[in-house]
Amino acid sequence: MSLRAASTFFYRRPYWYLALLLVPPLLWFGTVYLGSLFALLAQSFYRIDDFTAQVVREPTLATYKLLVTQPANIDIVVRTLIMAIAVTVACAIIALPIATYMARYASGRMKALFYVGVMLPMWTSYLVKVYAWRLLLAKEGIIAWLTAKLGLTSVLEAALAAPGIGGPSLSSSYIGMFIVFVYMWLPFMILPMAAALERVPGSLLQASADLGARPSQTFRNVVLPLAVPGIAAGSVFTFSLTLGDYIIPSVVGAPGYFIGMMVYVQQGTAGNIPLAAAFSVVPIVLIFVYLSIAKRFGAFDAL
Amino acid sequence: MPSRRRTSDQPSWLMRIGAFAGLAFMHIPVWVIILYAFTTEDRTYQFPPPGLTLHWFEVAFGRSDIWQALSLSLGVAACATALALVLGTLAAFALARARFAGKDSITALFVLPIALPGIITGIALLAAMKLAGLNASFLTIVAGHATFCTVIVYNNVIARLRRLPPSWVEASMDLGADGTQTFRYVLLPQVATAFLAGGMLAFALSFDEIIVTIFTAGKERTLPIWFFNELFRPRDRPVTNVVAVIVITVTFIPILLAYYLTRPDDEHETAR
Repeated sequence: MSLRAASTFFYRRPYWYLALLLVPPLLWFGTVYLGSLFALLAQSFYRIDDFTAQVVREPTLATYKLLVTQPANIDIVVRTLIMAIAVTVACAIIALPIATYMARYASGRMKALFYVGVMLPMWTSYLVKVYAWRLLLAKEGIIAWLTAKLGLTSVLEAALAAPGIGGPSLSSSYIGMFIVFVYMWLPFMILPMAAALERVPGSLLQASADLGARPSQTFRNVVLPLAVPGIAAGSVFTFSLTLGDYIIPSVVGAPGYFIGMMVYVQQGTAGNIPLAAAFSVVPIVLIFVYLSIAKRFGAFDAL
Repeated sequence: MPSRRRTSDQPSWLMRIGAFAGLAFMHIPVWVIILYAFTTEDRTYQFPPPGLTLHWFEVAFGRSDIWQALSLSLGVAACATALALVLGTLAAFALARARFAGKDSITALFVLPIALPGIITGIALLAAMKLAGLNASFLTIVAGHATFCTVIVYNNVIARLRRLPPSWVEASMDLGADGTQTFRYVLLPQVATAFLAGGMLAFALSFDEIIVTIFTAGKERTLPIWFFNELFRPRDRPVTNVVAVIVITVTFIPILLAYYLTRPDDEHETAR
């Protein structure tokens, strides 16, 4: 059969054409990805034998019971959740002026500069960025140097002395970890927010001004409500990325564990795949809960 | 003459400062990395650096472990990108226009690997490898990378296909072109840049990936894994910065190319 005949054959039979295209990617995703997710779920229902340290392949809820009854594990989940929410809120606040400026005020070259300026750091090597913050936050690093130059060392020391969030230096405190998380996920908030703001019709702003609103009133009462779907979409990224990360808490930060680190440690040195699997089900559940909330705010229309 | 009230056409100074300060906040850390590649101090991150030197580039180029990690990473990225280009493009062509039952679930499946945190993909692949009795190798790393790289290619290609008016294909057929000719002369020139851009982004993403890789790599050391281990070493710290500069260069070139290939009107779709 010639190529021409073959192409005509498939053009006339759209379902055959569809099947031809879809089978390879579906096969890949069905076996490699979905298969792995099911394996993960299966592993979470196994348990580790305390004496032999071998995985016992019988369905049991013992691992989940261990997960929810140990106070230390609950602490890890709560700590991660608080961090994810704090990072999401901070990203939304910092992203707002940037997104508004690039979407509504900048034009031409300035607009291109802002879009490239947001995308380049987003695509810069993840590890390199984390490493950069280790340099910035170090005891003898730039931030300490800058605060000393500005005569603010006492402020920095007061912040580091704060119970719960402080530590010996910025690079080993929850404050430092929080700054790094905000930095890392900020572009993921800015881009959907700017996209949502780009879609606000200019006539609405004119109407608001004509009706006597001051710019700040227009911003609060007209622009901000219309940006909500974009903020919701961005927050899905910031929330989800913080929940699962284990590199940042192990490179920068306080000794307290996070969900991702727990998964990493349990599968690695501890060799307890069932507990690692059960722990990784927690962020999946939290993210699905979050997605259903974000959906009400129109996050999926703004993605 | 009535005084002109400030309208919302002009940004307030507060917003201007917020926007530019935010942009600076996003860029300064990258410059810091580059600066520290030249410092003469190798144990602490003292600022300002006591002196500047090119010594660390020499040290880095002489280290065989760096070269091995670099070549492994380039190999993985090339294989994962090739696989992702095939799978992602097929999926995009299938789902761009067709309507059928279950399409929404398939679409959701194709974006799941980037909607869920990377650690889930990583631990899931590891759980499957353990159940199947597979050992970590070059192939398991590629399998993990190809999965999320496919999503990047898929997103880029489908965004372009959706903007193509369906009437073009019909017009081509009406003028007597067959399926292959239509593909060659109508679809391909339109999709080629999105395909290339998707491939470059996928390459950059794979080259830099660590979250999934740690779980599927076993004893293999990709450049990011080498880098991660290096973060906990007390000496020769600027060597890490030299490698960081190499990584920045290797990832920036494809990303900038991808950006220019998908300009002017679809900046947003290149976002992951």
